[in-house]
Amino acid sequence: MAEILFYVFAAIAVGGALGVVLQKNPVGSLLFMVVSLGSVAGLFVLFEAHFLAAIQVIVYAGAIMVLFLFVIMLLNLGHDYRADLRLGFWSVLAFATVGGLAGLLARQFRGAEESPIYQHFPGPAALDSLIVEQGVVGVIARPLFTDYVVAFELTGILLLVALVGAIVLAKRRV
Amino acid sequence: MELDFARQSHLIWALLPEIVLSISAMAVLLAGVWKHEEGRPQDAHWLGGLALAGLLLAAVANGWLYGLSEVGRDGIIALDGFRLFANWLFLLGAALTIVVSFTYVERQRLQVGEFYALILLATVGMMFMGGTRDLILIFLGLETMSIAAYVLTAYNRRDRRSAEAGLKYFLLGAFSTGFLLYGIALAYGATGTTNVAEMAVSIEGGAGLSGLLVAAMGLLAIGFGFKVAAVPFHMWTPDVYEGAPSPSTAYMAAAVKAASFIAFVRVFLVAFEGVYTSWFPILWWLAALTMVVANLVALTQANVKRMLAYSSVAHGGYLLVAIAAANQMATAGLLFYLLVYTFMTVGAFGILMVVSAQSEERLQLEDYSGLGWRQPYLGILFTIFLLSLAGFPGTGGFMGKIYLLQGAAEAHLWTLAVILVLTTVVSYFYYLRVSWYMWMRPAEGGAGEPGEDSAIFAPLPMRVALVATAGIILFLGIFPGNILDFAFVSAQDLFPPASGLIGGGP
Repeated sequence: MAEILFYVFAAIAVGGALGVVLQKNPVGSLLFMVVSLGSVAGLFVLFEAHFLAAIQVIVYAGAIMVLFLFVIMLLNLGHDYRADLRLGFWSVLAFATVGGLAGLLARQFRGAEESPIYQHFPGPAALDSLIVEQGVVGVIARPLFTDYVVAFELTGILLLVALVGAIVLAKRRV
Repeated sequence: MELDFARQSHLIWALLPEIVLSISAMAVLLAGVWKHEEGRPQDAHWLGGLALAGLLLAAVANGWLYGLSEVGRDGIIALDGFRLFANWLFLLGAALTIVVSFTYVERQRLQVGEFYALILLATVGMMFMGGTRDLILIFLGLETMSIAAYVLTAYNRRDRRSAEAGLKYFLLGAFSTGFLLYGIALAYGATGTTNVAEMAVSIEGGAGLSGLLVAAMGLLAIGFGFKVAAVPFHMWTPDVYEGAPSPSTAYMAAAVKAASFIAFVRVFLVAFEGVYTSWFPILWWLAALTMVVANLVALTQANVKRMLAYSSVAHGGYLLVAIAAANQMATAGLLFYLLVYTFMTVGAFGILMVVSAQSEERLQLEDYSGLGWRQPYLGILFTIFLLSLAGFPGTGGFMGKIYLLQGAAEAHLWTLAVILVLTTVVSYFYYLRVSWYMWMRPAEGGAGEPGEDSAIFAPLPMRVALVATAGIILFLGIFPGNILDFAFVSAQDLFPPASGLIGGGP
């Protein structure tokens, strides 16, 4: 059952991502992006990362996408861009590159458990016991505020820079 | 004191320069709002002075860090000479940029407080790029720096070219960030860690060379290649450097590039040390292409600012040789070269600001005709900067190239060394052409043009900065020994003696 669901969600995620690129209307692209992000949240649920799935839906598929939609509508960008999108050399190259990379990844992860890549990561059993011990939120929160506390603080500075920059560039009177 | 990052309070000590600088950036931001009066230009000297004080405090903290040591070599914050030397570079680049920008910022009526605060915050980002061993932190530092750089590029709201350059830089930069981030993700998949030191251990201890790791290195090379403007990822550079306000250009050409190189070196020389032979060809071709293409295109430029942009790309090529060589001598050469490069780039852009009357006009080669005789001090200083950029004996640029060549020779990269020398000879032509215009060509359109020259105005801080930089360049060209030794010792921490030297090229 989980396996079938995985393939369903994965197919929707990939299809949604393709839709984002292929849509000519920005609003359409955006809605496809919501679909794609939502199905990634579904994948997170399958991996028992319930907290991450909830955050994915609330923050990405919810808040950020709504913000995007507002910006597009406020700037009145909701019309088609037929002239800009052509199936030329570059788009073929882009799809070929993505396809090649996807093929490479697929080859790397096939054959699963014995592959050296899997040695580095704790298996599902270790994760389960961690979740039981610390809770779904704790598994993410603990490293965030201990091992990665510097990254957490630096993100604050990054957001400050973005905020100051946005105000400087967008404020009405200079 | 020995720092152990198992205790969180030790992180504060290890990050003292960054913390001091962040706080002073916020102080500058607040002071800018405080001093703001509607309709009146802000006082750049006061806010700039505050920013300089912040940089000075951070420099003191950086010097203080020399007294500390760390447990092991794999903490998330590096406490090695390499980081501290890099910090000197970034602080110096920021300080010089601020000193030469005072009059420009006032005349162009830029928003002063935010301008200096963004420079300081970008510097914080750079210090994180150079000073951490965790790819997540390096990425966050790079983003902090990049976003500030995008804004600094588009900073002049009254200039269309500035806005265009900012948008271009932002779109292409965001695109390249995607490559970098995907590279980090794949590297994590291949090695199971984001810590560069542990990554090296994981690669040597069995993870080895997987297809995943090759893809990761390729994507990381593309991401960093974009940031250091290596050919063929340099397309944005001339337009962005030309359109950005000159102080921002100076800052980007000097400090932003230096930070990208420092992170590039740490990631490739530490994390991927064990698989040198597989990433070496990428770097080889990047270096060769960058040197050849950038120098040839620079020959055809009639706009001095654009010519300096291509020259900055070409210097990136020389520095890539040091990464391809991947030994201690080359890394020391890279640090030394970045130091000289910071001085000469900011100096050259400072002259550019003076000649273009602290705005964005008079940037063509013809505008420099006869300048040397009318403004002898300016002419002599600019000639020193140009000669150093070209790598003329007796200047710091020459010694820097010598050390890069020495590093390349130790790694037996003869072809790259030959390309470096030949392209340097080519570069003489376009650098000296500007000097030739200044000293050998009579001024066009009337004798002397006193009317236009009255717009040339070098305020005291700018004069002090230019003379000091030129002096340091000459000093480094004649007595490079101490600084090079310092750079050599600083580079040592990237090459632990136990692991042995990585040698051999083709």
